[in-house]
Amino acid sequence: MNRPLGSRWSWAFLIDIAVFLVVFAAIFGVYAIGRAWLGPVQPQAQISQNPRVLPLYALYSLVRLSVAYALSLGFALAYGYIAASSRRAEIVMVPLLDILQSIPVLSFLPGVMLAMVAIFPYRQLGVELGSILLIFTGQVWNIAFSFYSSLKTIPSELNEAAKIYRFSRWQRFAELDLPFSTIGLVWNSMMSVAGGWFFLMACEMFVLGKRDFRLPGLGSFLQTAASNGDTRAILWGVAAMIAVIVLLDQLLWRPVIVWADKFKFEQVESSSAAQPFLLNLIGRASIAIRVYRLVFRPFFQWLTLSFTLGARRAAETFSAPKQHYVRRAVGYLLAAGILVGLGFAVFHAARELSDLHHADYIELLESAALTFLRVNTALILGALWTVPVGVAIGSSPRFARIAQPLAQMAASIPATALFPVILLFLIRLRGGLEIAAMLLMLLGTQWYILFNVIAGAMALPTDLKEAAHIFRFSSWDRWRHLILPGIFPYLVTGMVTASGGAWNASIVAEYFHFQGRIVSTAGLGSSISSASDSGRFDVLLASTLIMASIVVLINRLLWRRLYRLASSRFKLET
Amino acid sequence: MATANTAPAPIIEARKLEKFYPQPDGSRIQVISATDLAVYPGQIIALLGPSGCGKSTLLRMLTGLSPASAGMVYWHGQPATNESPNVSIVFQSFALFPWLTVLENVEAPLEARGMPPIERHKRALRIIDAVGLDGFESAYPKELSGGMKQRVGVARALVVEPEVLFMDEPFSALDVLTAETLRGELLELWLGHKIPTRAIFIVTHNIEEAVVLADRIIVLGRNPAHIHADFTVDIPHPRDHKSPHFIELVDSIYRVLTRPEHRDETAPPRTFGPGRPVAAKTLMLPHTRPGGMAGLLEILADQGGRSNLHHLADELSLEVDALLPTVDTAVLLGMLRLEEGDAVITPVGQAFAQADIQARKAIFRKAALASVPLLRQMEQALKAKANRTLPDEFFRDLLDEQFSEEESQRQLETAIQWGRYAEIFDYDAAIGKLTLTET
Repeated sequence: MNRPLGSRWSWAFLIDIAVFLVVFAAIFGVYAIGRAWLGPVQPQAQISQNPRVLPLYALYSLVRLSVAYALSLGFALAYGYIAASSRRAEIVMVPLLDILQSIPVLSFLPGVMLAMVAIFPYRQLGVELGSILLIFTGQVWNIAFSFYSSLKTIPSELNEAAKIYRFSRWQRFAELDLPFSTIGLVWNSMMSVAGGWFFLMACEMFVLGKRDFRLPGLGSFLQTAASNGDTRAILWGVAAMIAVIVLLDQLLWRPVIVWADKFKFEQVESSSAAQPFLLNLIGRASIAIRVYRLVFRPFFQWLTLSFTLGARRAAETFSAPKQHYVRRAVGYLLAAGILVGLGFAVFHAARELSDLHHADYIELLESAALTFLRVNTALILGALWTVPVGVAIGSSPRFARIAQPLAQMAASIPATALFPVILLFLIRLRGGLEIAAMLLMLLGTQWYILFNVIAGAMALPTDLKEAAHIFRFSSWDRWRHLILPGIFPYLVTGMVTASGGAWNASIVAEYFHFQGRIVSTAGLGSSISSASDSGRFDVLLASTLIMASIVVLINRLLWRRLYRLASSRFKLET
Repeated sequence: MATANTAPAPIIEARKLEKFYPQPDGSRIQVISATDLAVYPGQIIALLGPSGCGKSTLLRMLTGLSPASAGMVYWHGQPATNESPNVSIVFQSFALFPWLTVLENVEAPLEARGMPPIERHKRALRIIDAVGLDGFESAYPKELSGGMKQRVGVARALVVEPEVLFMDEPFSALDVLTAETLRGELLELWLGHKIPTRAIFIVTHNIEEAVVLADRIIVLGRNPAHIHADFTVDIPHPRDHKSPHFIELVDSIYRVLTRPEHRDETAPPRTFGPGRPVAAKTLMLPHTRPGGMAGLLEILADQGGRSNLHHLADELSLEVDALLPTVDTAVLLGMLRLEEGDAVITPVGQAFAQADIQARKAIFRKAALASVPLLRQMEQALKAKANRTLPDEFFRDLLDEQFSEEESQRQLETAIQWGRYAEIFDYDAAIGKLTLTET
């Protein structure tokens, strides 16, 4: 397996050239983005339909997603950290996450947009920031929750080791909290960024009452192509998006996953470490590790040292009790501020809601029922095909080797990008949008179920499978006594995520600008989209509240119970 | 209690140290009763006791990891309040950071003290060398065997040159041979004065380990934890496991550990007749399965009905920790008697050992209902219900009044095990319901 020295040198050369090109492109990118952001507001930005603009548009979208992701990560770390370290904050912050997670992206639109445009009235930056914040609202919550729950599950002896060896807060964070949470953060980041792509079309181009916001990017390109009914442009846009996503997956996520493996909390080296499916992956992964060793680790250590010394100095200058009073006072002030703000918001929201007629509410509830049917049909359909396929993939390593990469690739394509293509075919049929809406929900959420089922099937213990074989279980018995109970906890995990995702997807699935007109079908998602389109804030508020409460209620009443059942009765203990 | 025959002043002194959890109703769950304890320089002290008796909690209070509910810890005569003294802990589960290499793990405590990189590097390498990890500096913990991992744990603890080294069951996660090797290496470092540490405080449930290592052995009793006995060990190193002096000491510790403690608040449970109100404190069940007790009684019956506990543990290759609760159970049910470190089978125990499975259940049922007030209570409560069914929460709430949440859960689990074996009631775990078994 030794590579000849010569080829290693040429590799290094190629990498050099690649690095140079990347740097050059990055400089240009910064310049282009700076010019666009700091330029004056373009009320009706023309979204070009020429395929040649696609690389630039892809860059715009990528930067938006990256900035939004960076913000999400920072916010999520802070949120999770506070929630996990303060018992008082935890009481409020954790249920709040649950609720925020169930609010669809578009419901944040008016508030975020109007605020940003008010702050930067003369710069494109306002609209850009608005779009970024919208993407942010779709990405941040699950990362925050993942970090919080990781922090809560740190083994107590590790915590005690950090305490007895007098780790400063920073060192604790850098050497215990963050590494322990890394794997969860990586997986959730991948999910969040995928969600960002999913809602990109909604986040780059939207109408808010009389105002029409458009930002050049892949999402708006696709959206414009769809509303013009320009098939060629749609296909170009989809191709560009897929290309970007595949590149991101191969260049960023795969190496990061391999790197994250070192943070697995296990005392023994596992033999079944996730095998990267591309051969040359090892090379790139080692780049990720090298970057970490050369850049991040020294930087972290330098920070640790300076923080420790800083803390020492601070401890010498301040007397401890004084600091305590100040901190407490700040805490109370903050809490009071939040309470006043909340009271104000609730008061106004209540007034807004009381303006709505009785009939409006009835209509919204009917829409909710329709969306409920749609979401659950999509979920059941998803489970029906993913369970057998997932079990087949999970229990045959040979099949898995071919099917898993394919499924991963398919899963990474945002369903919304494919949606216009699907609509092209279905729009002529009666009830075509009805089918298309469910198909979009299905496309957007089935992967969660599939991957969980695969993981469940892989985790089925061999001895149980052998027992089923020895006792000559019929295939029905095998499913009933072994497979279904075995994958149940995994299935529930997948369905929970899928259910939340499907509700959220309804806002793009039920209401769509297509071929110069609006195609829509009655449903709660379509109520939200049309309310935001027409600037009916009262309807938007009411429908958002209804959707959030339905999602939270379903989680509490159904999924959480199934979850408990899964973890008590169907847990495979070794 | 403190053996003040060693002249110098103690490094650590605990005065009236207590741990309890106040309950909403004003009562408290006492985990550790007021305890005086002193650590003198030049000593290895072993804290010995059955599992769950509060050894680790006591260690955590002495190191400042866990606040005391009452009482005070003094360091060199000064109250140890905010500033944590210079101590280290070697943990049972190693508690290494899996994402850091061996070297980084050992350097981390120095980093926390703000030591510049070059110096901490040097110090870490020196100690890594001393514990025999040379060549493993850049390995990750998961690449190492258990023994190597604990060597890293020891190196990390020693690198800060602690005044007192605390060890929380440091060798109990290792296999017998590895544990023996590591004990030897620890003694070598200590006796050869290769480390600046002035005292070692080791928590263990392994009697032989304590006798091999320690200069002083403190035996803890249970419910709540208190100092039950304090031994001074003056056998010269290296200590021979087979020497009469050694065996004698091990035997006498066994005797102490199994000796029923006649303290005022704990009368033996069997004195309760039916109808008499049940005193809360006597309900604590040892956490064992009836099957384990059956095994013990069978072996005892085979050996003529009487055996030395030390030999019994050896023969079963069980540590006291595993053996004692089983012995306690048998004693509680009246199937075993303890006489000066010997276990003696009673006629009931003899009958139990020789019976078949159905007869055993009948004997167990009779004994359990006679001696375990909790099971009797449960049976009566179930009989009182028309449908003979009660949720497990009902009993958990009852137990919660006397035990911590965790302990009452374990108590209930044990009671359910026994009750099921005795066929007093049936339990459906999925819905959490107990149903009286119809006879």
